[in-house]
Amino acid sequence: MNFAKTLGLALLGSALVTGSAVAQQKTIKIATEGAYAPYNFTTPDGKLDGFEIELAKDLCARMKVTCEIVAQDWDGIIPALTAKKYDAIMAGMSITDERKKTIDFAGPYGDSPNGFLVPKSSPLAKMPGTGESYNLGTQQAAAEKAIEATKALLKGKTLGVQGSTIHSAYADKYLKGTVDIREYKSTEAHDLDLAAGRVDVVLGDATSIIGTLEKPEFSKDYVLVGPSVTGGMLGLGVGVGLRKEDQELKKAFNEAIQGAIKDGTLKTLALKWFKVDITPRS
Amino acid sequence: MDFAFMQEAFLRLIAGVPLTLNLAFTSIAFGAIFAMLLALMRMSNIKVLDWPAQAYVFVFRGTPLLVQIFLIYYGLGQFRPTLDALGLWGFFREPYWCAVLALTMNTAAYGSEIIRGGLQAVPHHQVEAARACGMSGFLLFRRIIFPIAVRQALPAYGSEIILMVKATSLASVITMMEVTGLAAKMISQTFRAVEVFVVAGVIYLVMNFIITRIIMAIEWWLSPHLRRPPAIEPRLEAAHV
Repeated sequence: MNFAKTLGLALLGSALVTGSAVAQQKTIKIATEGAYAPYNFTTPDGKLDGFEIELAKDLCARMKVTCEIVAQDWDGIIPALTAKKYDAIMAGMSITDERKKTIDFAGPYGDSPNGFLVPKSSPLAKMPGTGESYNLGTQQAAAEKAIEATKALLKGKTLGVQGSTIHSAYADKYLKGTVDIREYKSTEAHDLDLAAGRVDVVLGDATSIIGTLEKPEFSKDYVLVGPSVTGGMLGLGVGVGLRKEDQELKKAFNEAIQGAIKDGTLKTLALKWFKVDITPRS
Repeated sequence: MDFAFMQEAFLRLIAGVPLTLNLAFTSIAFGAIFAMLLALMRMSNIKVLDWPAQAYVFVFRGTPLLVQIFLIYYGLGQFRPTLDALGLWGFFREPYWCAVLALTMNTAAYGSEIIRGGLQAVPHHQVEAARACGMSGFLLFRRIIFPIAVRQALPAYGSEIILMVKATSLASVITMMEVTGLAAKMISQTFRAVEVFVVAGVIYLVMNFIITRIIMAIEWWLSPHLRRPPAIEPRLEAAHV
């Protein structure tokens, strides 16, 4: 009860400072992309669903606030947060230093490596490093060696990646010049082009690729390969994006996330949606 | 406004100008030929030619260009085996050609109506005068109808060219890194949407300013009859009389 009061006062305080009518009604507006299964996606009947949608509902219940979840295209998701169109982002967004210059993060509430999605029939399916894990932050030399080892196979291929992501930054840094990089607006778009054969390989988050592999059109003929890289420029895991001035909201989210980690809610949700536990280890 | 940053943005976005102009002018060139053909079909008074042309214009003018780009790129991408069998996959595999195709089809629909307007507005007495001089058929079209129609259609066609330059920005949804595509990428790296889009807007404005000047010059060149005639100096001998 005490927490709720504190939060209420905190929200009221931020409402007075920012003049936001939303916070006064104790409603938090959370933006998601709605096209990044299984993190968040739009069901055929137009509803938002996925790991983050369920997690957001759980976190909001813990914070004792009403939440409204809205869909926003990935491209403009940070500028619209700073323009106060909503109060938080839960859209599979990794915590990176680059993003921290503009916004703040609560969490992380998830941590997963990257990987390559390729057709089973392609020579790329024998990519070296498959099944090995590297941390770019703590074992940079080994990780870069593993990335280097993939280049021989990737040379001259066309690679699809979602634009404005840690993965497109990773592709620009390590694979530019080796592969022809095409940037897509959503992961669904590059998956379509992989199926059509316009790109030879897709680079993305392993959990998102596992989500793709669950679809009937991909499950049979495609496979996740390459070294599993985390850390460093790939960020500190997935967090809730917040405006820098909303420190009370950050505290509330952090407490709620810790609560969800402690009582196992996060693990249950991760297992439900990803089939693997992506609870951040710290 | 951070001018040093905007200068950096300008230098990065300017790299997309060649692709923007390439997409615009390739599709305008193909589109103009196709538009002429459609306009002639519409005016042929032959139903089997007129109706398909009408249906085409109705469909391509009545649906958003973005939807057309998506359908041509992602939609046809799902029929790869069929396209492979027809030998067309090499064309549809490339986002560049899909963008050119969508833009061409779109501008042909709008352009055909502009050209039809221009052709129909050719004054009847000009045609009659030409016939009286013994011109008919293709000669009449080439010497009288077509030049007058082009002159009349040019202001509206100029707007269509400008619209096409701006329409190329939609090609960024199919991975083409033209000015808007580069702007979106830069915003995703810096999160400074206002500065980057202001710079992108200025680049489009400058391109279109130059294009409007060129169109105005062509209009001036094609309309000698509307210009004030050069002042006639009184002849010297006349002054002495």
